[in-house]
Amino acid sequence: MPFDPTLAAIRFGVGLSPNIAPPSSVDAMMDRLRGPDEIGALVKIPTSADVYPSANDHRLASIALNEVRGTDGEAAAEEHRLTMRAEGREAVGAYLRAELARSAHTTDGFRERLVRFWGDHFTVRASNAISRNLISPYVETAIRPYLAGNFADMLVAAVSSPMMILYLDQHRSMGPNSRAAQSNGLGLNENLAREILELHTLGVGGRYSQNDVREFAELLTGLTASARRGAYYRSQMAEPGSETVLGITYGGREESMDHVVEVLRDLAVHPDTARHLARKLAVHFIAPEPDAAMIEEMADAYLAANGELTALYDEMLRSDSAWGAQLEKVKQPFDFISSAVRALGIPLEVIQGATLQQTRRLIQRPLSVMGQDWQSPVGPDGWPEEEDNWITPQGMAGRITWSMQAPRDMLQDLPDPREFVFDALGPTPADEVIFAAGAAETVSDGVGIVLASAAFQRR
Amino acid sequence: MDRRNFLIGGTALGCSAAASPFVTPVAMAAAPWDTRLVVVILRGAMDGLDVIQPYGDPALAGLRPSLLTGEAGGAIDLDGFYALNPLFSSLMPLWRAGQFGAAHAVSTPYRDKRSHFDGQDILEAGIPDLDNGGLRDGWLNRMLQVVPGLEAEVAFAIGREQMLVLSGQAPASRWSPDARLQISPNARALLNVVHHDDPLFRDASEDAIEIAEQISMQGELAEETEMMMANSPMMEAVQGSGEHIEIAEFAASRLRGDTRIASFSINGWDTHARQRNTMQRGASALTDTILTLRAGLGPVWNKTAVLCVTEFGRTAHENGSLGTDHGTGGAMLFAGGALRGGQVLGQWPGLGEGDLYDGRDLLPTRDVRAYAAWVMHDLMGLQRDVLEQAVFPGLELGANPGLVL
Repeated sequence: MPFDPTLAAIRFGVGLSPNIAPPSSVDAMMDRLRGPDEIGALVKIPTSADVYPSANDHRLASIALNEVRGTDGEAAAEEHRLTMRAEGREAVGAYLRAELARSAHTTDGFRERLVRFWGDHFTVRASNAISRNLISPYVETAIRPYLAGNFADMLVAAVSSPMMILYLDQHRSMGPNSRAAQSNGLGLNENLAREILELHTLGVGGRYSQNDVREFAELLTGLTASARRGAYYRSQMAEPGSETVLGITYGGREESMDHVVEVLRDLAVHPDTARHLARKLAVHFIAPEPDAAMIEEMADAYLAANGELTALYDEMLRSDSAWGAQLEKVKQPFDFISSAVRALGIPLEVIQGATLQQTRRLIQRPLSVMGQDWQSPVGPDGWPEEEDNWITPQGMAGRITWSMQAPRDMLQDLPDPREFVFDALGPTPADEVIFAAGAAETVSDGVGIVLASAAFQRR
Repeated sequence: MDRRNFLIGGTALGCSAAASPFVTPVAMAAAPWDTRLVVVILRGAMDGLDVIQPYGDPALAGLRPSLLTGEAGGAIDLDGFYALNPLFSSLMPLWRAGQFGAAHAVSTPYRDKRSHFDGQDILEAGIPDLDNGGLRDGWLNRMLQVVPGLEAEVAFAIGREQMLVLSGQAPASRWSPDARLQISPNARALLNVVHHDDPLFRDASEDAIEIAEQISMQGELAEETEMMMANSPMMEAVQGSGEHIEIAEFAASRLRGDTRIASFSINGWDTHARQRNTMQRGASALTDTILTLRAGLGPVWNKTAVLCVTEFGRTAHENGSLGTDHGTGGAMLFAGGALRGGQVLGQWPGLGEGDLYDGRDLLPTRDVRAYAAWVMHDLMGLQRDVLEQAVFPGLELGANPGLVL
């Protein structure tokens, strides 16, 4: 099967647009990915270092409030704290709009898809209501800069991010023989070590034992985070001595973050990791049961390139089985909504200018009805890939309702459904969708039928 | 979801089974048990000490001087030791009928951090802690996993909230009153055209439209509900309207059909200040929900167990703003014709000096999971080892509290 621009936009990108041409070749896709992040520069999301309000901002506001309790200053301090919380809620909406706007207006759709893929691979969840606005900045900091780089760099960035440390309880983990554990009686917490092996690197079928998990957990001790300091290495918490993970011995010198980075770099280029990442990528982009030979080739290319992610993508995109005409995957709810917004050509300023209330009504709540609570997958394994998890009666009710109603709430003038069917599906839509778009009673029904169709929902 | 079976389940909403054109003698996708289990997650940490007040404990009044307690505070005596908060008085007829009760001094294994998020995760995951990456699925889902071959409609998560308790490998359905699907007959026909060759989308869309139509069958549904309400004097006590009523009505309609398990949340229990007022919303939502289920389930109520559980209790002492803060032990409320109500279960630890957990909270004397496990044991015939290993790993079931009739 040859490269096809429409498939490239739908399967590997963020969908078709009436205003932006689809990619012209695999080379063009890879060049754009290796080049500057133009849409990221145009539509900004702060990094973890720049985000407001941060965990430390909330902490300082609480300290300030406690200092003036019972005095005349209490009301103002309380007001400040509540305002900060409201700003945090506003920020969540603003980042959701920014992610939507990027997908709707980028010329580099593969990049946005990879951001979501790797963001999901390294899922974190907010540990409380006031850290909900920190998830997009985490992705902006630990994922987005590394998409076309070496996987080891992304792995180190994600694992040493305060969001991941707090989410997977690394801050509670202490070497059983560390100075900190001797004084407070706490001990090892294997959560982060286990998830790195099971989810982030080797995969659940990988060749590791419970002993590897434990030794790795001991090696990770010392890596911690707090609201005040962010992520840091605290050697009092580190297990003294050396640890052996998958047959390689680390540490033994003075305890430091270097040992953690060393093991992560080794895990990143383990053959099991290569296969796990190759398969996961192919399942996400291409098919539930992707071609086994392609996965082996992707894994080999990745290992030959010493963990360079572009080798993995390049091999996938140049594989014949990447371009099968059968659409075997279903768009996840956010990708469905963002590709619809893109196909409708909703202007950047309309997306970014929406209020928090509009964002919730038109995007966030519909996502939830469709089964994808924004940035809140159940566990660290992220969102499921299986199509029957998404295309349930409730999920379909959400998709149909959104298709029929949301476009007219966002656009004054809806496109003519007879033209929109080509905007959304490319030059050769199925005959029945062309017929249905033209046979609807109203313009909004016609647009809605196109968006709700399996042809648009699949990729 | 299998469409035919779904429609059989759906007949209970509108038309009588005999008159329905959809009923054919096909084996149902139903569970191998006929009883119903409803799990209500009370998010925000319900103050068990205020809802089921141990006013027979001499220490209570001193701990809570402003939060009025006992009969002096308008609460209704239950058994000489416990009294029911007046906000829940509409449940007294059920208490007298032996269909409403509580288990006191319960908690999950969660201790000390007192975070809503972690507490709810542990409550719904049904696991001892979050330390070892155990958060993958919920205990109701794991219960479904041990019964192979169930259809998704056997279990329904209802409402906008994501219900971790029902999430996991086993298929379960989800519905939210937000998913109001209004679509013209023409658009519906055209959707059939565009989905004709894609069974996944075709079946899901048709099921979605069927559910939506049944919900919006205002005439028939209203008539039936009215009839049931007329037969149920307790419905006079239902005060509100709103999403929780819609959820309870939807749950009842499913449970009258093939659905055996339903779960949803009632929020608003985080009563840090002016608890007398702030608890009102949660209390009326919960009492309305139970009464709506009672009326809507009709004869099925007698096979039903409703368990209302919360992430943790609240401090034994009231705080400086007439409320209570995050605590440990609390109460589980239960209702349903399948349960032995009219009693408050549990070993009372006392509220005196030295009795409190950490010097501040009600000491839990039993794992709340043990009550849920025994209900599933008696109601669905699940084996003890399955409950202790697969559904609630690490739980010691202990003695049967005899909750199920």
